[in-house]
Amino acid sequence: MKIKQISIFLENRKGRLYDVCALLGKNDINIRALNVAETEAFGILRIVVNKPDAAVKALKDAGIVAKITDVVAIEVDDRPGGLTDILKVLADEDVNIEYMYGFVEKSSDRALMVFRFDDVDKAVNILKKHSIKIVTEQGVREL
Amino acid sequence: MEIRYWNKEIETADREKLRQIQLQRLKSIIASALKTPFYSRRLPSVGIHSPDDIKSLDDLRKIPFTTKDDLRQNYPKGLLSVDTSEVVRIHTSSGTTGVPTVIYLSAKDLDAATDIMARSIYATGTDKTDILQNMMSYGLFTGGLCMHYGAERVGLMVIPAAGGNTKRQIQLMKDFRTTVLHITPSYLLHVHSKLAEYSVAVSDLALKKAFVGAEPHSENTRRKIEDLFDIDAYNSYGLSEMNGPGVAFECVYKTDLHLWEDAYIVEIINPKTGELVPDGKEGEVILTNLIRHAMPLMRYRTRDLAFLHKESCPCKRTHRRLSRILGRTDDMLIINGVNIFPSQIEEVIMKIPEVGTNYQICVEKQGALDRLIVKVELYSKIFMGEAKQIDNLKAKIADELKASITLKPAVELHEPGVLPVFEGKAVRVVDSRPKL
Repeated sequence: MKIKQISIFLENRKGRLYDVCALLGKNDINIRALNVAETEAFGILRIVVNKPDAAVKALKDAGIVAKITDVVAIEVDDRPGGLTDILKVLADEDVNIEYMYGFVEKSSDRALMVFRFDDVDKAVNILKKHSIKIVTEQGVREL
Repeated sequence: MEIRYWNKEIETADREKLRQIQLQRLKSIIASALKTPFYSRRLPSVGIHSPDDIKSLDDLRKIPFTTKDDLRQNYPKGLLSVDTSEVVRIHTSSGTTGVPTVIYLSAKDLDAATDIMARSIYATGTDKTDILQNMMSYGLFTGGLCMHYGAERVGLMVIPAAGGNTKRQIQLMKDFRTTVLHITPSYLLHVHSKLAEYSVAVSDLALKKAFVGAEPHSENTRRKIEDLFDIDAYNSYGLSEMNGPGVAFECVYKTDLHLWEDAYIVEIINPKTGELVPDGKEGEVILTNLIRHAMPLMRYRTRDLAFLHKESCPCKRTHRRLSRILGRTDDMLIINGVNIFPSQIEEVIMKIPEVGTNYQICVEKQGALDRLIVKVELYSKIFMGEAKQIDNLKAKIADELKASITLKPAVELHEPGVLPVFEGKAVRVVDSRPKL
């Protein structure tokens, strides 16, 4: 139920994000979700793609520092309070969110959000228990 | 101009008299040196078995140079001539690697060093009516404590402010009507740039003089300091291996630094051949300490480049004047008055598994102060995908460097392959500070 996110270490240098995106495009890899955590000197680019293993290989071959981390993609009702319902479940069950961000596209009338938890397996079990819909790796490929 | 002497007889002694003092003191130092593990091996190897083997000052040149490397290899006690129960103080300075160099002072040595420091202070026209704010670091570095002791001996009121905390420094200057500062030139310029921020004008202060040292600076820098603060700035020279800041000091004429030749024998050599060069010619400063017996040090290669003036000084002191320090014969960096060897930085970086082996050391000016930036590359296999990990790693590198070099650099983490790679001799240090 977990999906693969690729974290990429990027120093703050002109054109660096372009380089990475161009490389992925050239390798026919489609970005589904994207987030940049930035500090003064560097950024961590986090992406969910249709072909994570191929993406990591292409990045590493190009000498780019990249690491796969497990995240969970959750379908959120696209209505006021939709996200709140999910956050309440997680808070009540004592699950910590490290960060989250949205998908580029929507699945029907639901928004897709990427969640990174400190304990991913525990989070997945709790989400399942509460019948919150999680998008699988297969699901990401088919978006 | 009024010339005041701390010890007129010695300061104005004729050259022959000075040479007699040097010879007699050198023989005495040889006696102490022969009690140390290091010199008790080295001196007999050149035919010196007792002080009587030194017949004239020319015999000094039989003694091989002592280098920083000798001090490192004989760390910590190889040059100690007495039991530590006779030692009252140690100081250290940066070594070329993690091993520092250490000096030991007996009560008598400290007394002699303090007297030379007092002489230096007094030569600038400073006296017991003055108030000294000592803005050099206190601690293992000689600059703080040795100046402090000398100033107390002259009878000044000493404010042991140590370095940093500019706001408090300015407050102290105001509240206690400080008349003299002991400070690095770059920090003094920085202080000036901060005065407006704290709504203090130079005219609100009572400053008359500054003793500037611990880092090389130009005549232009001195003039700038004098103009900005409307004070006299006196250059000072010293190194911890020679007891700190009072080795040579400017008198009221401010035409370079009288090197106290009753306490130190100075030679200027061609650093490549080791041959003496004549007065007026630039070369490496070689010093023999004549006033420290607990840890004798003879013909020490300071790696500082300077020359001795030929002309006498109107102050009538007979001790020759050393020029400003013109450079170094090694790659030591002086950053805000702190001596740092690139090899110290390399040693630390190579022990950190999260970074690659390529690195770069950059030094630049940020306002009046120096800024040290250590650039390293992230080792890709350790990256866990989190920004926090990168931040922690940067903090760890900065902390470990601080533990070794005493100042905290800015650390930049780069992607692998970004820093320049060298096929020949690597150029690891980029010093973009304006040349003196």
